[in-house]
Amino acid sequence: MSDMREKFAQLDLAISELKDQPGALMPVLQKAQSIFGCVSLDVQKHIAEGLGVTLSEVYGVATFYAQFTLEPAGKYIISVCLGTACYVKGAQKVLDKLSEELGVKVGGTTKDGLFTLQATRCLGACGLAPVITVNEEVYGRLVPEDIPGIIAKYKE
Amino acid sequence: MADMINLTIDGVQVSVPAGTTVLEAARQAHIHIPTLCYLKDVNKIGACRVCVVDVGARALQAACVYPVSEGMVVKTNTPAVRRARKAVVELLLSIHDRKCLSCTRNNNCELQDLCRDLGIEDDNRFAGERIEYEIDDLSTSVVRDNNKCVLCRRCVAACHAQQHVGVIGPVGRGFTTEITSPWGLKLAQTGCVGCGQCIAVCPVGALKEKDSIHAVNGLLESGKHVYVQTAPAVRAALGEEFGLPMGTPVTGKMVAALRRLGFEKVFDTDWAADLTILEEATELVHRIQNKGVLPMITSCSPGWVKYCETYNSDFIPNLSSCKSPHEMLGAMVKSYYAEKTGINPKDMSVVSVMPCTAKKFEALRPELGHDGMQDVDEVITTRELAKMIRAAGIDFANLPDEDFDKVLGESTGAGVIFGATGGVMEAALRYAYEAITGKELDKVEFEAVRGLENVKEASIDLGGLTLNIAVAHGTANAQKVLDSIRAGEKHYDFIEIMCCPGGCVTGGGQPIVKADVRAGVNVSAERAKALYTEDAGKARRKSQENEEIKALYTDYLGEIGGERAHHLLHTHYTARDKYAGVK
Repeated sequence: MSDMREKFAQLDLAISELKDQPGALMPVLQKAQSIFGCVSLDVQKHIAEGLGVTLSEVYGVATFYAQFTLEPAGKYIISVCLGTACYVKGAQKVLDKLSEELGVKVGGTTKDGLFTLQATRCLGACGLAPVITVNEEVYGRLVPEDIPGIIAKYKE
Repeated sequence: MADMINLTIDGVQVSVPAGTTVLEAARQAHIHIPTLCYLKDVNKIGACRVCVVDVGARALQAACVYPVSEGMVVKTNTPAVRRARKAVVELLLSIHDRKCLSCTRNNNCELQDLCRDLGIEDDNRFAGERIEYEIDDLSTSVVRDNNKCVLCRRCVAACHAQQHVGVIGPVGRGFTTEITSPWGLKLAQTGCVGCGQCIAVCPVGALKEKDSIHAVNGLLESGKHVYVQTAPAVRAALGEEFGLPMGTPVTGKMVAALRRLGFEKVFDTDWAADLTILEEATELVHRIQNKGVLPMITSCSPGWVKYCETYNSDFIPNLSSCKSPHEMLGAMVKSYYAEKTGINPKDMSVVSVMPCTAKKFEALRPELGHDGMQDVDEVITTRELAKMIRAAGIDFANLPDEDFDKVLGESTGAGVIFGATGGVMEAALRYAYEAITGKELDKVEFEAVRGLENVKEASIDLGGLTLNIAVAHGTANAQKVLDSIRAGEKHYDFIEIMCCPGGCVTGGGQPIVKADVRAGVNVSAERAKALYTEDAGKARRKSQENEEIKALYTDYLGEIGGERAHHLLHTHYTARDKYAGVK
């Protein structure tokens, strides 16, 4: 609880610093995303009140940019590269397998809060296509059958 | 003339002030450029690209936002321009449900107009994926069908900039972009005030009022005594639905049409407007003399009342406790008129024809009724009345003029002008002057409160007592007035606020005026003229001269502002949480 209070205090600081500059909503949302790891309803209401804008505006910007998430992200963020090379090499099948194994769609987080599944643009590791990252770790030349094993590693 | 810019549009020399857009310059040269997202004074964002023109630049430019420059050569009608516009509309059609025949805006749709004017030959040229949207009809006032939305954002501009409500906006990005409320909320779960200005600006059928025609037809077939009343603004605009020029008052024809539709009696909300004035002005005098809460703010406009309750609940004590006129009439039908006729009020129904969608919500307020009966049973908009008249096969334009029914049918000029911004204030002043000074008011016109300025202010001398007043229309303007009071910058005694810009004549339930017409005509001013003309032509122009209202007090209510009046004609308000819908 005190942790949350601390975070909202940080957000208030950001709001008071940025409030008077035009287009303050975007940097405030970015700050909020980094403080809370997501921009949840409570955070968005706080920003709306703090900046004197409507919740509708805050939500509109938050859903426009992929950099904002509405729910807290999982402990492990699995990013599946859907760049051209990975796609040609079967990234969609890898993604489908991940979605099936985790029981979430792209952008979703598992109920246990462990995994968030994301689709990304080119990660720049085309030689390893198809490639995924789990937080900082990179897995390349994947086939769907590799997925259960990778997930199991992080469940331990 | 130093800041005049000379340019050529389609070979025509045009001279316009700097800062003018190509679209406005072309209009002055009588060159028509099609538009969709553009709406004068409301939305100017260059988003839809229907208005693209060749300005000699690398790419075609949106005329609605592109400023003129000296020596500019504009071409509005080249093959490339025509192709681009056509493609834009064809792409919009690919996400549109194209169910024109059953659409409320059939034959009154800006997208249909564009298809016709641009010569669209295949309404499914870009066949592909289309998202099916659920229709949001939970609100008692507004229905949103995003299967028809063209993403022009005119409703967003009206809701945010004009009304300062801001409960809708674009959500998501790209193909999945949708105009809706945040966090998956239905409109009914937001701080929407139900004003319907979003409907008034929608170019297509994505927004409409919640239907009450079926319910009214049900009442008419029920065997009950069904009484109808019409607000002042309805008569100033209904004619437009039947091809009559804007600003034509159609009071007599409207009454005749309502009788032909089967209503037992046709009463006039103007009658109740006169009643409202006596109660409201008396309340004002009482507040002034007893150091009550000031400024007192009018409470006739249900959109404004809900806005106050939701966004400025600290001003609730300032709201007049008077019910709005049609609610007063409903209450009088089911008490006074029931007693006079010996009809059981439980066998009576009251239908209100209003220029307003927020009235649909107001009629359902539990505090506006008694003994298990609502004061008003159903509310239809001016547009819905026009639909009923058409469905009944009534030749409206050729109807004879008929009069309202007694004893809730007489009205003075003061009641008539209620439909325009400043009208309630002027009507109240006509009464308050005489009530306070005891002298007869010779000149009844208070010019200072007329017109369409955002906020009108005046100091009125009432025989030594100076009344500081303000009039605001559109809730964004109302918000400015309230903020200036909170900041201690302004001190008023009495304020009139109407939710919709221009007042009820341009309410959210009125006939829709397309963007190209709005570009050349001030709709509020034209319709208000009909009301001020009717006022000027009345023998009695002060509410206190209404003989039927005098009889009401003598025979039934007793004193103005007395106990019985308080019980039947006054109400109370509830603070609302704008975030109530999100847990």
